[in-house]
Amino acid sequence: MSSGARTAREPKRAKEAPAFDALRVRADFPILATKVRGRPLVYLDNAATSQKPRQVIDATTRYYAEQNSNIHRGVYWLSEQASAAYEGVRAKAATFLGAADPGEIVFTRGTTESINLVASSWGRANLRAGDEVLVTAMEHHSNIVPWQLICEEKGARLVVIPMNRQGELLLDEAKKLIGARTKIVALAHVSNSLGTINPVREIVELAGLHGIPVLVDGAQAAPHLEVDVQDLGCSFYAISGHKMFGPTGIGVLYGKAALLDAMPPYQGGGDMIRSVTFAKTTYAPIPAKFEAGTPNVAGTIGLGAAIDYMGALPMEEVAAHEHDLLNYAVEQLCDVPGLTLIGTAQHKASVVSFTMDGVHPHDVGTIVDQEGVAVRTGHHCTQPVMDFLGIPATTRASFAFYNTRADVDALARAVRKVRKVFPA
Amino acid sequence: MSDLDELYQQIIVEHNRSPRNFKRIDGATRSADGDNPLCGDKVTVFVKLDGDVISDIGFQGKGCAISKSSASLMTGAVKGKTVKEAERLFHDFHDMVAGDHPSTDPKSLGKLAAFQGVRQFPSRVKCANLAWHTLHAALAGAAESVTTE
Repeated sequence: MSSGARTAREPKRAKEAPAFDALRVRADFPILATKVRGRPLVYLDNAATSQKPRQVIDATTRYYAEQNSNIHRGVYWLSEQASAAYEGVRAKAATFLGAADPGEIVFTRGTTESINLVASSWGRANLRAGDEVLVTAMEHHSNIVPWQLICEEKGARLVVIPMNRQGELLLDEAKKLIGARTKIVALAHVSNSLGTINPVREIVELAGLHGIPVLVDGAQAAPHLEVDVQDLGCSFYAISGHKMFGPTGIGVLYGKAALLDAMPPYQGGGDMIRSVTFAKTTYAPIPAKFEAGTPNVAGTIGLGAAIDYMGALPMEEVAAHEHDLLNYAVEQLCDVPGLTLIGTAQHKASVVSFTMDGVHPHDVGTIVDQEGVAVRTGHHCTQPVMDFLGIPATTRASFAFYNTRADVDALARAVRKVRKVFPA
Repeated sequence: MSDLDELYQQIIVEHNRSPRNFKRIDGATRSADGDNPLCGDKVTVFVKLDGDVISDIGFQGKGCAISKSSASLMTGAVKGKTVKEAERLFHDFHDMVAGDHPSTDPKSLGKLAAFQGVRQFPSRVKCANLAWHTLHAALAGAAESVTTE
């Protein structure tokens, strides 16, 4: 465009966040070039798992090709290299989450194991009969079931902070529910099925009045929001590598050092001990105390590459881009006959859940798949959310920074095709 | 015909919209519950036996178009048949949609042939089979609810 062609509209554009170049980053993700039945893959299931950039794939491969050896206690060069790489990622993860110290970073298999670790270890040491564990109405099963297990064992009670039909927590109710019996609050930072961004800081403040720790399931937040655990003030924060462009089978539990120090071990084995005799075993300090056995070293190194990759992205532009995708998707979908959006909280991540009158989400999923569009259909491991809303399931499109408006167009076209097969 | 047109044939879409024998049968001789945890599909099949003959059959439940229309067409196919004939149909239907080396001629299954396209959609085979597994359990007098998982 010549400068002469610039019109009075131009300044309006300048006010917007600088446009994020999604097409440029797409080139980093080999899988995005896949064709499905001759059509380009339109991957909109990022809340289930994200795709991996070449940098992550290469880092994992390089570890096996050049560094593979068991970490810690190896006196030879290779083991020292691998140990340094592994511990280097701990430092990266601490910075990524805003932790005060790398010792507060425990590597786990993922968010699920992180939550199980806390429910099991912290729960066993701290819960008594009659105590209450507070969760929210929109939790993923992974932030419900581990608490149910320990509550059952201890005779404690699981109490639920309700939400409204838009998918927003009722803070007034939370205020009433947090009390003398409450021993811990566990909530999602971002809901996986509704996209709601929860007011974590407000909940932490409420819990703080009673000196209660708060665990945050950050699986859906880490790929979209800048997380700072000290700013949030939470006691525990759990994330999964594979949802933030890293490998599967690796995740992080952040825990405040004082809490982790006081907690009993989660699993026993090698690497988590100070000394072992048949008479008595003493444990290693944190975080090693919680990392029994040979860890997922390759996955950890891949996670480090994912953190580096995200660190190099212009996060403000990414946020604006994802927000645009969300708004554009809502705009494109809302005039499809009989389509209802599920989860319309004011503060939302780029997740669009919906139902269509007279069509089961699994039929929607099958039909849009024929167009190369990958969406998730079902209860998204949030059956209580579905029960609350009186629906069996939803179709969910969830976006990452590498998605484009063209992906949304493909989704909208595919959804309109559903209406052709199942007229309203 | 595209895979999709073959999956969602008119008869399937129509039975999904207006399922036949979508009823509870009071005084049913047998009944069984089935569910597909993956989809959340749920079905209850009620059977009235007159000696060895399925004199009436109904179903209730919720699910996708494939599971609902399959239940609907199944009820039509087995009503008036003997238990043995119904089991034979189940065997042939299962062979058509999920058999490793299907030898069943879809034409021999009448309207049920509409489901032959399901083969092309492995994730949907369980939807088509759910009602049949549940009928099988009802006929066998199973006490436990059946699941496709």
